[in-house]
Formats: sequence, structure tokens, C-alpha cells
Amino acid sequence: MGALTVNTALLRQILVGFVRDEVTKVGLHKGVLGLSGGIDSALVAFIAAEALGPENVYAYTMPYRTSNPESEAHAKLVADQLGINYQVLEITPMVDAYFDLVPNADNMRRGNKMARERMTILYDHSAEVGGLVLGTSNKTELLLGYGTLHGDMASALNPIGDIYKSQVWELSEAMGVPREVIDKKPSADLWAGQTDEQELGFTYRDADELLYRMVDQRMSREELIDAGFVPDFIDNVQKKVQGSHFKRRLPVIAKVSNRTIDRDFRYARDWGK
Amino acid sequence: MNFTVALAQIKPKLGCLADNMALVEAAIDKGITAGADLVIFPELALTGYFLKDLVPEVALRLDAPQIERLKELSKRISIAIGLVEVSADYRFFNTAIYLEAGEILHVHRKVYLPTYGLFDEQRYLARGERFRAFDTRFGRVGMLICEDMWHLSASYILAMDNATTLICLSSSPGRGISGTEELGSAAAWQKLTSTTAMFLNCRVFYCNRVGYEDGINFWGGSEVIAPSGEVARRASLLEEDFLVAKVEEGALRRERIFSPMIRDENMAITLKELKRIDRENNR
Repeated sequence: MGALTVNTALLRQILVGFVRDEVTKVGLHKGVLGLSGGIDSALVAFIAAEALGPENVYAYTMPYRTSNPESEAHAKLVADQLGINYQVLEITPMVDAYFDLVPNADNMRRGNKMARERMTILYDHSAEVGGLVLGTSNKTELLLGYGTLHGDMASALNPIGDIYKSQVWELSEAMGVPREVIDKKPSADLWAGQTDEQELGFTYRDADELLYRMVDQRMSREELIDAGFVPDFIDNVQKKVQGSHFKRRLPVIAKVSNRTIDRDFRYARDWGK
Repeated sequence: MNFTVALAQIKPKLGCLADNMALVEAAIDKGITAGADLVIFPELALTGYFLKDLVPEVALRLDAPQIERLKELSKRISIAIGLVEVSADYRFFNTAIYLEAGEILHVHRKVYLPTYGLFDEQRYLARGERFRAFDTRFGRVGMLICEDMWHLSASYILAMDNATTLICLSSSPGRGISGTEELGSAAAWQKLTSTTAMFLNCRVFYCNRVGYEDGINFWGGSEVIAPSGEVARRASLLEEDFLVAKVEEGALRRERIFSPMIRDENMAITLKELKRIDRENNR
């Protein structure tokens, strides 16, 4: 085990270069992101501040009334340390106004609504300041589908979408993300006491070791079992990856013409950049 | 002869011929100012790499005004550069041209078009059919484009065709981050360029690009490799660079005296065995 160790200096150089290059080539120089108080968005804030300069990074914490106050405190800690632009925008009024109309919604629907509410705020601020929305979903979350489609998964650029949670921890250490943020249990903070690992039923460390071998190394199920992974765990994770694949793709278009977008009309997004 | 080579580790803009032409001309000027005799550009320097459906839109005929301009510039400095070439029958090639003294001395059309993993070249491009060495004022040269070099036979053929210099134009995406010092793709390439030089007693000029296209980085690290396999000079990783290196004819001469593997290479045996394999495969 332990195949996930990364050369953090090199990784940092690539990710910082990515944000700088992809933002400036579209003629902009600012980045916008939601700062939750968790490690993923903290790391993206660090990368963006280094890439664009702290004065060009706009971070927003968007708490709901049930959010853990510690989250906001941690977000502020990150923003203060970096000297980036920072604002708190409460989403309680908008979210409550909606759920007053549909009071029967469960935790999942409420959580998704909050994530999408935050997305609309980030995109509005991206238009206000003239910056690109930076994604904060890591590879583990993206593969497991542990995120809200068109919510926290929405962004223009995602610097950390190809690194696993374990690597997020490692790079965060190297870049000086505050200790409190690195050490706390990952949580979507959608309801009191929620932790990701409790909800998923396994730890990120275990999931990362498995996903790395399954996805990056393309090991077969037999090889994974030989490597010591429990079959039920393998199947559970495999099912999550497959079941959430729709979240990682653009909407499916019914093909009728000779050139259908993304099927046989193929251009890079950086077309002409 | 002793000469000075420049490796232009540039960052082309995807699908922007005019911008890239300006970038290339600036680098040529820089090469002339630095006293270089030869300037080498990356694969698809005039167009960028992940072109997809842009291929036909950025393709140039070999009599295009841009090529005429490069011919003109080659009166002052020899040039190796990558572009999309369109043939008279409308096939599109990932092509490298070598220009010297106002003429195109050689056209190499990439033979091995990678179509796996993140690559999709064969969907958009036609395949070249030959590896040929050619004479330049620096001696006999062979050109390869990126993936070509990953096929032992390609470099081997050029060496057997008496090339003493191999030029490889590349757009190699950086990938394979791990705990080691080097990026996976960079480490693999560095082994390859050095080993190729050593096996074939040829100097190798490897020019790779930098920049990002849709989140994919190109790692740079262009190299001048001595015929011993030793890395004489290496450009910076992931950043634009312009590497100027003196190339000493004596190093080639001495290496070919110390390690005359290419002199002793027996093409007759190779051919005989390849023919046998071919016969047996077709039985």
C-alpha cells in the first residue's frame, strides 16, 4: 500500500501553472471559488493565490443556518492567511424560501439544493468580478460521485480533479494549509455531525488505495483481491463509480444530424486559445 | 563541423496559425542573434496539438506563404519545424520539415500516430510511409516526430541510412505523477533519448513544447544528447525556454571510435531474419 505518494513540488508547479495558463488564455486574470472551511477548497485557494496573486482570488463562504460555525471560522482562517478577497453570504433565506414551498424534502434534496444555491452565487460573482469559477472536487469524490451535479461539481476549471484525497492531504501539507483544516474529519457539512467517511461507509485512505489500483493501474478484480482488498469493498466502490458516471459526462444528445456536438463535432475547449 | 543548435521550447496557441507563426519568427530571430546555425521547434509548432476537428482548418500545403517565409528565413539559419500538411489529394499529415539555404531539404510525415490513452491522432491524420535520412550542412540527419521514436525500428532505419544526428520534434503530455523526482512521461523520454543515442552512436536533439491544452500540460525538458548518450544540455521543465548549445563534431568522431556498434551492425543478418519472420507470418 502507499502507492499514492506524490512529488508535491512538481505537482504544485503543474497545478499552479494550470490555473495561471487556463485563466489568462481566455483573457481573464481572476478566479472565484467557494471556500467551505474544508481542505479541498482551502487547497484550491492556495493554488489560485499562487497562480493569480491573492488580490485576484475571490472566495465566498456560503453557510446555511445548520452549518457548523467551525467551518466558517476555518474558511476565514484560510482567507486571512492568504490575503485573498473574502466574503460571507448566507444562503438560509433563499433555501428556506424554497423549502417553505416544498416542506417534505429529505436531507439529500436539501443538501443538493444548498450546493446548487451556492453554485448560482459563485457564477453570479464570476460575472461580477470577471473571473473563472474554480472547481474544488477531488478525484476520489468525482469517481465515487460524492458531489452534487450542477452544484459543487460545477466549475470552469478544476485544478484538483485528478488528484486523490490522500494526495490533497499531502499537497496541502506542503503548501501550508492551516493545520486545523488538514486534521479535521472531511464533511460536506449538510447537516450537524455529518462526516463523509461515515456516510460513505469507508475511509478515503482505503478508497484511494483501491481506486488508484482500479482506475489508474487498471488492475483486475482478481488482482485486487490478491492485493488484499475485500471483495465486498471492491464491488461497493466499483458500483459507486459506475453508478455515478452520468455525473461526469455532459448531457446525452439524441443524434439526428451528421455532426452532433461532442460526437462528431469535436474541438478542444481551448480552441483558438 | 562544429555548430550551434537552438531548441525553441515554445508554447503554441491551439489552432492559431498567425499567432504561432509570429512566435516562430521571434524564436528564429533569437536563434540568429544567439549565433545558432540550426533552430528546432516542437511537433505541430505552427498549430498546437489537440486539434481534433481543427486539423483541416490549420493544414498548410507545402507551397503555402508561411512555408515560403520559412524558406526565406532558412537562408540565415537552418530550421526544423512541425505543422499539419495537406497533400494534393487532401490527406492531412503530422509533418516535420527541414529547411536550409532557402529550400525544403526534407519532409517527414509522422508514421506512428498514437491512438490510445489520451491520444487520438489516427482519427484525424493520415500516416506517413517512410523513414529517410538526408544530407545537411551538419552531416546526415534523420527526423522523427514524437511517437516515431518509441519504435526502435524508426531510429534504427535512420542510423542505417547513415544519419549521425537524430532530430525529434515532440508534443509530449506530462503525466504519471508519483513520489519520484521526475514526471513519469519525462523520465520515460529521458531514458529513451539517451539510450537511442547510445545504441546508435548518434547525437539526439529532442525538442518538446510547453503550455496547457484543456488541462493537459506539455512538460518541455528539451535536450541535446551527445552520441555517448550523455545529456549535454537540458531545457527547463514546464516553462518556456530557448536552449542554445554548441555541438562538437569531435564528440561524434571519438564516440564512433570508442564504441563502433553502428559500424559493426550487420544489416544483412537483420534483413535475413526479418524476411524469415515475414515469410513465417504469412505462411
